[in-house]
Amino acid sequence: MNKISVKNLNLWYGNHNVLKNISLDLPKNQITAFIGPSGCGKSTLLKCLNRMNDLNEECRITGEVLLDGKSIYHNTDVDTLRRRVGMVFQKPNPFPMSVFDNIAFGPRTHGIRNKEKLCEIVESSLKSAAIWDEVKDNLKKSALALSGGQQQRLCIARALAIKPEVILMDEPTSALDPISTHKIEELALKLKPDYTIVIVTHNMQQAARISDNTAFFLLGEAVEYSPTKELFENPKDTRTKDYIEGRFG
Amino acid sequence: MQKLSEKFMKAIFFTAALVSVIAVILICLFLGINGILTIEKIGVKDFLTGTLWQPLKGLYGILPMIIGSIYVTAGAIILGVPLGLLCAVFLAYFCPKWLYRILKPATDLLAGIPSIVYGFFGLTVIVPLIQRLFGGSGKGVLAASLILGIMILPSVISISEAALRAVPKSYYEGALALGATHERGVYSVSLPAAKSGIAAGIVLGVGRAIGEAMAVSMVAGNQPIIPGSILSGVRTLTSNIVLEMGYAEGLHRDALIATGVVLFVFILIINIMFSLLTSKERNK
Amino acid sequence: MLSSIKNRISYFKKRPVALILFLITWSAAITTVLAIAFIIAYILAKGLPHITPSLFEFKYTSENASLTPALITTLYITLFSLLLAVPLGIFSAIYLVEYSKQKSPLVKLIRTTTEVLAGIPSIVFGLFGYLIFVIFLKLGYSVISGSLTLAIIILPVIIRSTEEALLSVPISYREAGFGLGAGKLRTVFKVIIPSALPGIFSGIVLSSGRILGETAALIYTLGTASGVPKTFLKGGRTLAVHMYALLNEGLYYNQAYATAVILLLLVLIINSISAFLVHLKTKKLKG
Repeated sequence: MNKISVKNLNLWYGNHNVLKNISLDLPKNQITAFIGPSGCGKSTLLKCLNRMNDLNEECRITGEVLLDGKSIYHNTDVDTLRRRVGMVFQKPNPFPMSVFDNIAFGPRTHGIRNKEKLCEIVESSLKSAAIWDEVKDNLKKSALALSGGQQQRLCIARALAIKPEVILMDEPTSALDPISTHKIEELALKLKPDYTIVIVTHNMQQAARISDNTAFFLLGEAVEYSPTKELFENPKDTRTKDYIEGRFG
Repeated sequence: MQKLSEKFMKAIFFTAALVSVIAVILICLFLGINGILTIEKIGVKDFLTGTLWQPLKGLYGILPMIIGSIYVTAGAIILGVPLGLLCAVFLAYFCPKWLYRILKPATDLLAGIPSIVYGFFGLTVIVPLIQRLFGGSGKGVLAASLILGIMILPSVISISEAALRAVPKSYYEGALALGATHERGVYSVSLPAAKSGIAAGIVLGVGRAIGEAMAVSMVAGNQPIIPGSILSGVRTLTSNIVLEMGYAEGLHRDALIATGVVLFVFILIINIMFSLLTSKERNK
Repeated sequence: MLSSIKNRISYFKKRPVALILFLITWSAAITTVLAIAFIIAYILAKGLPHITPSLFEFKYTSENASLTPALITTLYITLFSLLLAVPLGIFSAIYLVEYSKQKSPLVKLIRTTTEVLAGIPSIVFGLFGYLIFVIFLKLGYSVISGSLTLAIIILPVIIRSTEEALLSVPISYREAGFGLGAGKLRTVFKVIIPSALPGIFSGIVLSSGRILGETAALIYTLGTASGVPKTFLKGGRTLAVHMYALLNEGLYYNQAYATAVILLLLVLIINSISAFLVHLKTKKLKG
């Protein structure tokens, strides 16, 4: 079953056609990876899925993105959309506040004021993001004092706290060391049964390790999209093959 | 030959750099020593906590002026800071580009208007307005606070705006990605993140308000009494000097210089606070 | 347009808090704009009708409060203070940026004193100038006393903007200069200063603005004499002081308004020049 469907999506920054006629379906409760060289449009496509591109004034979009069969660009409330489709950024971006307030920010935004309820959400989110044991004694401490890997898991917990259906991860481990990277990957696999995850990554091994499906992008086109195993072992397109074998990018 | 000129010019540059040090030393010498001796002569307690300023009778208490300065500065902060801060938020996060091109030069103009012009404006517009609304002379704490509130707007706006623009965009984006509205993202994430820079802007505004002489002396009424209400007349440390320096002699003149020293100490404290706040910002 | 407004309305209907914040922010901006517009419109409305040819007659008499002498004095004072402060300020900045070790205690001392100078209120400078130049050095109320006082006031402005301008010159320029065998001095004057010029000029323009607006520091150093000073040892009044004097005499409100208009105009000119210099700087950085 498809959680998100992208249909004939085109995107321009000014006159520059960044995404060219993209169509693909993202199945529910699976991990889909977007790979490709820098500037191929994979991150831009990810940002289309929760309309973060709206922040860019130069940006123009045609085509459709459907979430559970309903358009997210027409007659949909952006804030509700972003609540359903959470996002984790390339560089960990905890707010300059305490660990607790970071996690509680989302629930508070959506109207939860009850202190007990908030504590409950904070604890369960931090547990789901496998960081509870590391921070449970320091919930009042500034989130900026955590290490990079902890910060990223905190950001994932923050995204989980608003109970999203989809989690978008934009190269979530590119700023982290191998051990932290491993922890994030484990976490993604653990979250898979409850969420639909889309991950953009530079790291092909990472895509191979954790994703069910992989899409390869080049110069704004979705060159090939198939189950991960198939794409890596049996690429149909020569451009995919060249990329996987390290000929460019 | 070339070596020599290098050395010579280096000495010149060095001497030039020392000028500001020398200037501060001279200021401390000429004002400080004069002022401290005078304060001693009058008596520290009589000078700083005396409530009567009657030079003809030899009474030199500047407590009313100290309190007056604090009152009008506090008034200026209460009126000017919220407005300035909101304007800074507007300029940094709400303002359409075309409007920014008009607003920025407008606030720059506000910063450039000479204080005497503000004073005149206060005298001919704000004072009569207060007179009509509340009765009395119109000159006093309220008029001075209003004028100072307007005068500190540009410093508060420009420093707060810079502080807001220095906040990483990722904070704002993170908030939006959690489904926050633009307004919530700005006010509950970006604004708190800029707080030490904003505090520096406020401190700078305090410095400007407490040091302002001309505009205040034109609208404050200048009675050397501790003001009983926001409509009552007030005299600040600065206006005390401006008003009487022209004809003061002997101990009276020295007492005015000592008033300047007290003002200088106030400003020094504010400066130290400012540099602490800005260095904190830089260390982040 | 209409539909986007409609969207906006339905968006805010569901979010009262966002709506309140939105309205508060906009109304603060509008209040500020209205305040600025009102101040400027008021001064123009009151002052423009009184800008008459007689205001620009060369001589100030009690029948005709001409502002020409004050305009000329302002020019004198500005030129003279800049003449004193600009070389000093530029040289200090060169020392601080090009010749000193950044961490040495002396440099820290110089930086701190510059900051202290920048924060001192005009009236304290006025007192200081009065004590040292007028009384101690017996220069009296004079152009020299006034300019020296102002030179100290604007010194930190010039040092700071020159420093910033020098720091923004890429290291590669310096390396290129040294690489060609030019000495340090030659590199500084032929390579670094020319590329820092817009920044240095904007410091000078900023200082001119400060001089133009100064009253408190000048009343007791330059004095309030109404004529054009015949020598540098004679007193006079700048436009801002002129306005103060007119108000104090209580007879010349109309002329005071007219003077305010002229001051406003000069501020506008100064601000435009400084905006142009900023534009020049950013253009230069972009190549």
